[in-house]
Amino acid sequence: MAATSIASKSIVSKSIYKSGRYANKRQFKNKLAQWLITLGGISVLFTLVLIFLYLLYVIKPIFASAEIEPIQSIETELSAKVFSIGIDELKELAYFIDGQGLINFYQIEESDFRDVGSKVLSQALLLDDVDNTKLKLLVDGSDKKLLIDNHNRIHLISPEFSASYIGDQRDIIPAITYPLGEESLVIDEQAEPIENIAFAMNDELAVFVAFTKDHRLIKTTFTAEDDFNYDPAYETQYQQISFQEKQVDRILVTPDLAMAFVQSGNKVFVYSLDDEDDVPLKALINPVGTTNMRSSAKELPTKELTSMALLSGGSSILFGNSQGEVTQWFEVATDNGREFKQIRHFEVSNNEAITNIFTEKYRKSFYTITASGEIGLFYTTSEADLWRGNLLGVQPTAFSIAPRADGLLMMKGQNLQLFSVENEHPEVTWQALWQEVWYEGYPEPDYIWQSSSGSDDFEAKFSLVPISFGTLKAAMYAMLFAVPIALSSAIYTAYFMTPALRKKVKPTIEMMEALPTVILGFLAGLWLAPLIENYLPAIVLLLVFLPAATLLTAFSWHKLPEKMKKRLPETLAPIILIPVLILAAYIAFTLSPVLEIHFFGGDIRQFITNDMGINFDQRNALVVGIAMGFAVIPTVFSMAEDAIFSVPKHLTSGSLALGATSWQTLIKVVLLTASPGIFSAVMMGLGRAVGETMIVLMATGNTPILDWSIFQGMRTLAANIAVEMPESEVGSSHYRILFLAAFVLFVFTFVFNTVAEFVRQRLREKYSSL
Amino acid sequence: MNKWFKSGSPWIWLSAGGVSISLISVLGLLWLIASRGLSYFWPAELYQFDMVDEKGIATEVIGEIYDRERIPASQLAHLELNLDPEQTSIERLLIKTGNRELVSLDFRWILAPQIITTSTPEKLVVIERRTNGNFYGFIKQLILDGKPVAFSRFDELLERVDNFQEQLDKLQKVDIGAINYQLERLRLKQRKHDLDGTLTSALEEEFRQQSNSLNKEYVQLEEKLMQLRNNIARDALVVTAMNGEEITINFEHILKLSFNNQLSIIDKINVFFGQIIDFVLDDPREANTEGGVFPAIFGTVLMVLLMTVIVSPLGVIAAIYLHEYAGKNALTKLLRIAVINLAGVPSIVYGVFGLGFFVYMVGGSLDQLFYAENLPGPTFGTPGVLWSAITLAILTLPVVIVSTEEGLSRIPASMRHGSLALGATKIETLWRIILPVASPAIMTGIILAIARAAGEVAPLMLVGVVKMAPNLPLDGNFPFLHLDRKFMHLGFHIYDVGFQSPNVEAARPLVYATATLLVTIIVVLNMTAVKIRNNLREKYHALEQ
Repeated sequence: MAATSIASKSIVSKSIYKSGRYANKRQFKNKLAQWLITLGGISVLFTLVLIFLYLLYVIKPIFASAEIEPIQSIETELSAKVFSIGIDELKELAYFIDGQGLINFYQIEESDFRDVGSKVLSQALLLDDVDNTKLKLLVDGSDKKLLIDNHNRIHLISPEFSASYIGDQRDIIPAITYPLGEESLVIDEQAEPIENIAFAMNDELAVFVAFTKDHRLIKTTFTAEDDFNYDPAYETQYQQISFQEKQVDRILVTPDLAMAFVQSGNKVFVYSLDDEDDVPLKALINPVGTTNMRSSAKELPTKELTSMALLSGGSSILFGNSQGEVTQWFEVATDNGREFKQIRHFEVSNNEAITNIFTEKYRKSFYTITASGEIGLFYTTSEADLWRGNLLGVQPTAFSIAPRADGLLMMKGQNLQLFSVENEHPEVTWQALWQEVWYEGYPEPDYIWQSSSGSDDFEAKFSLVPISFGTLKAAMYAMLFAVPIALSSAIYTAYFMTPALRKKVKPTIEMMEALPTVILGFLAGLWLAPLIENYLPAIVLLLVFLPAATLLTAFSWHKLPEKMKKRLPETLAPIILIPVLILAAYIAFTLSPVLEIHFFGGDIRQFITNDMGINFDQRNALVVGIAMGFAVIPTVFSMAEDAIFSVPKHLTSGSLALGATSWQTLIKVVLLTASPGIFSAVMMGLGRAVGETMIVLMATGNTPILDWSIFQGMRTLAANIAVEMPESEVGSSHYRILFLAAFVLFVFTFVFNTVAEFVRQRLREKYSSL
Repeated sequence: MNKWFKSGSPWIWLSAGGVSISLISVLGLLWLIASRGLSYFWPAELYQFDMVDEKGIATEVIGEIYDRERIPASQLAHLELNLDPEQTSIERLLIKTGNRELVSLDFRWILAPQIITTSTPEKLVVIERRTNGNFYGFIKQLILDGKPVAFSRFDELLERVDNFQEQLDKLQKVDIGAINYQLERLRLKQRKHDLDGTLTSALEEEFRQQSNSLNKEYVQLEEKLMQLRNNIARDALVVTAMNGEEITINFEHILKLSFNNQLSIIDKINVFFGQIIDFVLDDPREANTEGGVFPAIFGTVLMVLLMTVIVSPLGVIAAIYLHEYAGKNALTKLLRIAVINLAGVPSIVYGVFGLGFFVYMVGGSLDQLFYAENLPGPTFGTPGVLWSAITLAILTLPVVIVSTEEGLSRIPASMRHGSLALGATKIETLWRIILPVASPAIMTGIILAIARAAGEVAPLMLVGVVKMAPNLPLDGNFPFLHLDRKFMHLGFHIYDVGFQSPNVEAARPLVYATATLLVTIIVVLNMTAVKIRNNLREKYHALEQ
């Protein structure tokens, strides 16, 4: 080749000078072609790099931490204390409720109708019969606020926003609604002042838990006659909860109306609200208690419980203490029934008390605030420490998370300040993907892949461990099946077979590589899986029968008279063995039901599940191993055969001439020389097994479990992508994690293939030097 | 014995066993698929079983024998079948009884010992229908426009209905489809003007007129459609199902009627080939579980052709670069590694890349630029046949490169030298001498790429395949080739019907038939490629001597 190109260059360069324009034109064409072809050649490399970079580009955002940036600050006419602030979904209108009983809406983002900072609406919160200026805000929910008036009656209000379109322009219109009607509500029959209260409601029920000035803890339930959304009419039930403490700091009610948390000092009482007639104490949590005793021995400052909040979904509760720690607790099934346990803790700040914890509505993120205005953003499931900083320099007088969790609104003096929050993928961290995570409701930390569910506040479980494990398991069983068959076939075909037979056999086996894997998968799922289930003993028998039958045939052939041996030479062994092996398999399958009746009580599947206690899936690793093994055999066979066949002939001739048998030559000379080639063949096969999609998709149940059992299925990276990609939302964490799975596959196979190719090239050079 | 072991002979035989197992599995696999797939087309014998069940009640079962198996007698001990105690296993038959409107399942297991008589009455008929699957039973009466007539007129009446049905299909798919398509285009055109701010009232009026006239046409066609439907529904057939139940099947549902038990071998062979042709040319029915696979074949072929157009020049150019131009340097090494890796990267990764890069990124940008009038509905920003073709083109690129390069490397150096010595430039040598000689190798590469693409499913599931496409990507509406449309694919058809359909048991023969078709195509393609390659090798061999 090298000689050719040199020759061509010299000849071409001479011909340029021969004649004028025509030669120039030809020369130009030649150059142009060279450029284009080079470009075309390099585009192959470009494609591979593009795939690599694009996958990275999609994955990158999931590992980015959060960013919080100030975007707007407006001056308001706040004159008294601020009770509550909030913002609409599109972050256009912000509001605050002040001590005058007024709600004021301000434009905080540019709109087509108003300037930034203009007041849109200012309205008294309640109707005329109440003194609005004496109102107090007791519960500042993200969408519902609970106010108490001077008659110790309460009111629920909810600021709402609606969009109206004028042409193509959108206008956001604010309004106040009253979820339980405009009438005031009586929580305490005895009309004592209420010191602390919490509530939660759904369409039919509203539950209030309150602590009165005369130290009574009460539960008040409003049951809608129909549905609160249409009709605020209700029935009331008053209950007193047995409670001895003289002080209550905070109360929380879970959104599913199942539990109430009542904090008194460092103790948190958990009451069950499910029961209609009784409000039993369910548990007593001591979030700082155990550490307290130890630290007092060392005479360290004691820990105080300074804040608590419910995480999205209401299954977990967060406690903040005076030493800057936040702990997450939820109920866990233990031997003694369900108990609250501390799951994880976050070091939020150095010894500074956490005065407030705010949680996002739909995700498991939370913000912490300390007295000095230090703000932290965390995510529980992934234990991600997303952002820390001091945005205002002081503690904000009011704080609110935008409904879509993409912004923060804070009040500092008279200033309403809006910050953008970029926190798209808090649930993904490297640890959460690859390490055990303690998910809500699970008894212990575990590796789980469960990407979606019906509910909004579902805790997505993205552990790549079970599916990576499934990938390796499937590949391992496939290789266990494929490698012995492929290598023995390769050895025989390359070394012992006559050229005439080899010419037929090699393309036939290689034909298997061309078979679409969807067909192998379909046969595995619909034909092989039931077959194996019904004839499991036969499969085990085959492991013994096939080699035994082969050896028996070999021995009989050995004992044949010489004349017969000539007629039926050993080189025809593979052909001779075909009917023998088919017969052996037939016998194994006929014996199978007999064995089943005599040893396994008639049904081996029941025997395995009941007597041996092993779960048996119809579509299991055995089926995948065999089916994917078939897909891998031709890859390994073809490359290993090439490597063995191209071992230089003088090596074998030398060995044979020195008196070694052909088997000795094979083991000591041929295989040794070809071993790098065989290694690269196995690597290529492994690469293929790891990335195979359709067979695993169709031949397993696709359950992401961590179990080596041969009778259980698995879910692999590739199958997982095929199953979930069409349903994942573009740009979501799920979508990006699936890209990550593809990237892992890409890197995996890239390493295998590159190593295999290097080894092969080295081998080729070695052969040529021999 | 010991000596025999030492000679290594047993090991040699064991390795020969490996070859045997590989051969048995390849050939066995092909035989399994072919036999199951082809038996789907063979007209089955129709049976009538008179049975008495364990409670002593006599029943009659009519249908095809679908499967038979033996189960251990102990499993059925509770049925008290009065068996020979020696008998350890019992045979049971799976019967396809059809008649889905009468029984919920069209399959039924019966136990051989409960069968009293088995017969194959000549008058048993199987009717292939548009809905509710096959009907098995006896003909009772032919009804022409409400009046009974002799059954001998059946063929004539069926032909009449078939005629109407053909017109109906054309009307529905071609004519009404075209009007709907034009209406949609009109709407988009109007919206485009609206977005560009060039929509004048005159234009608006024009659009309104056009759409009015189209709607008028539509109403006329609809009337014609109703008329045809009435015509088709005129005649009916009264039949008796098993256990004497009588039902009336309207001609609009009848596709084919056959007295299988009366057919001679030659008739059966005729029916067999007829069925194959129908299978290839018909549209699927009943959620893909019946009928033909024409759209899937069409989609596969179209996608593969598009892919070939893309991959061939790229692959050939890359191979020429690697073999004729590339020097011995690091870049070439990198390129070779890239080719090997492109061949080794799992196909699903291409699917993911295709979906993210081509569909959402490139397609999404195209939509913003050129199809803004259709937004937020995507045009190219959604999986489709074009993206599938491009994705598979990348996937099969290494196949073409490797094969072409192999062909190039077999061309004797003397040919190049001769050409260059005569004063040809390098590109002239390539174009006039090398490429023509290497063309069979290129052909081989392309054929192998086609075979690979035809069988690939996993990436297509992400970038454009659907289980049921309402329109073919190629039709009579301008611009005729709709690259943005989704398509059906034989491989995906197998996956979908075999694993996602509600009645897997009933669909299984069809899956085998589809698999046979796909395997045949791929095996033939591969064998052709191998044949061409071998011929080429011999030819070069001759050239070198």
